[in-house]
Amino acid sequence: MSRTYVTCVVNGDPVDFLCHDYQTLLSALRDELGLTGTKEGCGTGDCGACSVILDGQLVCSCLVFAPEAEGRSIETIEGMAEGQHLHPLQESFLEGAAFQCGVCTPGFLIAAKALLDHNPTPTETEVRYGVAGNLCRCTGYDKIVRSVLDAAVRMREQDTRKETA
Amino acid sequence: MAQVFFSNALQGLTGGTTEMEVKASSMRALARSLEEHFPGIGLQLKSAAVAIDGDIVPSAWWETLEPDSEVHFLPAISGG
Amino acid sequence: MTATRTAYKWVGTRPVRHDGLDKVTGRARFGADFATAGMLHGAVLRSPHAHARIRSIDVSEALAVSGVKAIITGADLPELDDNQVEGGEGNATYRDLSRNILARDKVLYEGHAVAAVAATTLRVAEQAAQLIRVEYQVLAPVLTIEEAMADDAPLLHDDLFTSGLDSPPKEPSNIAARHVTSRGDPDAAWEEADLVVEREYFTKAVHQGYIEPHAVVAQIGEDGKGTVWGSSQGHFVIRTLTANVLGWDPGDMKFIPAEIGGGFGGKTTIYLEPLAALLSRRTGRPVKMVMTRHEVFRATGPTSGTWMKVKMGARKDGKLVAAQAWMAYEAGAFPGSPVGLGVMGIFACYDIPNVYLEGYDVVVNKPKVAAYRAPGAPMVGFAAESVIDELAEQLRIDPVEIRLRNAVAEGVRAVYGPKYRKIGLVETLETARDHPHYSAPLGPWQGRGVASGWWMNYGGETSATVNINSDGTAVVMSGCPDIGGSRASLAQMAAEELGIDVHRIEPVVADTHSIGYNDLTGGSRVTFAVGMAVVSAARELIEDMCSRAARMWDVPPEEVEWVEGRAQSVSGAFPPLTLEELAAGSARTGGPLSATNTVNPRGVGVAFSTQICDVEVDPETGRVTILRYTVAQDAGRAIHPDYVEGQMQGGVVQGIGWALNEEYIFDGDGVMENPGFLDYRMPVASDLPMIDTVIVEVPNPEHPYGVRGVGEVGIVPPLGAVANAVYAATGKRIQELPMSPVKVLEALSSG
Repeated sequence: MSRTYVTCVVNGDPVDFLCHDYQTLLSALRDELGLTGTKEGCGTGDCGACSVILDGQLVCSCLVFAPEAEGRSIETIEGMAEGQHLHPLQESFLEGAAFQCGVCTPGFLIAAKALLDHNPTPTETEVRYGVAGNLCRCTGYDKIVRSVLDAAVRMREQDTRKETA
Repeated sequence: MAQVFFSNALQGLTGGTTEMEVKASSMRALARSLEEHFPGIGLQLKSAAVAIDGDIVPSAWWETLEPDSEVHFLPAISGG
Repeated sequence: MTATRTAYKWVGTRPVRHDGLDKVTGRARFGADFATAGMLHGAVLRSPHAHARIRSIDVSEALAVSGVKAIITGADLPELDDNQVEGGEGNATYRDLSRNILARDKVLYEGHAVAAVAATTLRVAEQAAQLIRVEYQVLAPVLTIEEAMADDAPLLHDDLFTSGLDSPPKEPSNIAARHVTSRGDPDAAWEEADLVVEREYFTKAVHQGYIEPHAVVAQIGEDGKGTVWGSSQGHFVIRTLTANVLGWDPGDMKFIPAEIGGGFGGKTTIYLEPLAALLSRRTGRPVKMVMTRHEVFRATGPTSGTWMKVKMGARKDGKLVAAQAWMAYEAGAFPGSPVGLGVMGIFACYDIPNVYLEGYDVVVNKPKVAAYRAPGAPMVGFAAESVIDELAEQLRIDPVEIRLRNAVAEGVRAVYGPKYRKIGLVETLETARDHPHYSAPLGPWQGRGVASGWWMNYGGETSATVNINSDGTAVVMSGCPDIGGSRASLAQMAAEELGIDVHRIEPVVADTHSIGYNDLTGGSRVTFAVGMAVVSAARELIEDMCSRAARMWDVPPEEVEWVEGRAQSVSGAFPPLTLEELAAGSARTGGPLSATNTVNPRGVGVAFSTQICDVEVDPETGRVTILRYTVAQDAGRAIHPDYVEGQMQGGVVQGIGWALNEEYIFDGDGVMENPGFLDYRMPVASDLPMIDTVIVEVPNPEHPYGVRGVGEVGIVPPLGAVANAVYAATGKRIQELPMSPVKVLEALSSG
């Protein structure tokens, strides 16, 4: 069976891979590119564990066919830290104990990043709806929501520092 | 004397006795003594959960007993 | 081993967990993240019928597909006897466990595994599985307890005879076992009661709902020895079960634990492991198997649906004088529901002199149940806590007050027999009563409910090793997978003992060839039991280091003490030797610094939780919204409070899902209609408020740091707390879970 050649940008780097037309972007990321930080929890777009940012939009990568990635830009959990510097969301999740088993964590971080990219000053309710597409069975969401709110504050402080610098 | 309590499931073998005092310094001695009182009970005891002085003890048959120990034979249970 | 100090440097603090960085960067390797060269992929053919006899299986067409390397069916597994599975959670015999892995003569639920295929790609394996021809004789399914217990019910197993009856049954039935516990004389005691309330309750099967589906890679060599990678709640137990189902020696396989993406009891048993191992043995190649979410729902353990009848009597002052309960639990396709724990737990919070309890374990054509967080206890909590609430209301006693008047405490004999040691139920009730939440105002269609819950916890077989590196850092090795932060808590206890920084300690979960046997991560046992082993090993190391210092100083060992990471001479005659110095010089003082401890501990601390729930009910839609929620739980002592709070919050939210939305829904043929997260509706962030926690600390005197298990009890009260809140908001007592909008609307429109 012939495969499709796809070129795209993942976490800022140009990449290419071969994939079957039936393969999902999730499968391409995990199985063809070895980026296993993006998880499969359901395969039907209901749990958000496979969340990635595709051209600035939050998507479930299990609902995107791999060939659709052609020419597009994808952000995954592996690209969230910049060099040695964690993203403020990653710092907040670590310090706020926002995960227990951690399997949903990459999806939550990506979904929260997509939220804060669009809305840097969310209310608690906006955070709760912003990550409502992501299931966590361990935490009851309390520490996740607190950590996202905390990260928003950190990011605003960072921006203020950058502006005044 | 150790105080021994039988679960409802074991009371068929004890003739309805719910508890009794047994002189035994170990669980193994206790089992021997109970088998003398109630022939056939030994096999059933093996599959029961055992609580000694309030603890469900997985390695119950290795345990020693104090003179005032309480031993409960409970229905076999699964952990949590 | 008892607590000696009350002020700690590390215990009770909130350090960043050691495995955290890997988990926020996507580097942590979970079950499905492992792959190896030459790997085949496995797929399972599952029964489309809930109940059918297998007449024949023809794999020839599937085997002929290019890329298919092996196919196995039930005929490839050895027949096993009725020995009880030990070490696993949930009751099962090996015969049944094997038949659940691959069906033999009958399929007993929709999704029951019939055959497994290994092929060069997953797609080929899945397509080939569909070419396996199975001829079924479809039988009438048995889908409810009522149907299953009826005299003329179709039988799942024609060799199943009820155990625990007063006289052995002559005929087989769907009732696997009867459990009875009694004390006093309830029949006579009803006379003493000023008020008796008798009610009936129903709950549905619900799933553990871990986000990571089951996944495994097995590589078995030509000599029958091999390696298995995968996530589970206990790789030692999973190895034993796998080997026994295959008739192999457990020691021939090394099980390497992956990070586990949630378990809640559901990953304490085996599904894919023997299939992958046998397919690997047959093909000589590694085989990877990963379940889809549909498979997880259809073929792995939910917990029991239940039917319960509860009767309780109290005097005017609220004192309970008698209680009686009849409860039947769905076991699924094979015997072994947690009804025994339901019997133990239903009245375990209360000191009641006269009690009669009767529980039934009933097989139905649904997946075999598996352990789920405090197995068996949440459902009976729903029933008992609802009745108590009704008693309180009719007797005009505050609901927390009536619980306080009956609460068990140290020295009181539990309904299940033994006397409680130091426990904290009263403290959790007082905390709830005094919490601002309890007296906060409520609006229209809003209501407040409270409930308490019990869980016994578990100790279990445990090994731990502490190694000191030459640079003075340490490695703490355990054999219990870390689901919720246990590595951090073990490192904190080791840091406390050794007197070094918690991040100078690396806690690891070792494979089955690197450390002694460990029971499951379950029964809320890891911080308790593994903590004990780690503390003992650390103390042995300290003794070793002190004795080395003594020899270096040429003084008796008792003249050396360990203070804040240093050996000090009591007399002050010598400058102290730090752990780093002792570690660096260990080659010259007797060799590496390492200690291992094994324990099968007694002294498990029983746990209690009391919870307050506020709801608002929308009379138009029947939707119940949780407005506010407060948990007071006795943790004994919280080693890492963040993760203790996390356990409390997570348990509560699972309980809220159970109370309001979650249920297995079957059509008339026994086909599950909602095997996905869209229709099996677990709580999401926008459904919930913050879950406020109060960690009550009544230290367990039997643990060096006072630890009680904290993982499970939090899920026990929510079912009752939410139901009582819905009643307070609506005046309707809903006696069947889940309290979905439809059911709430029905209740609102009834008289």
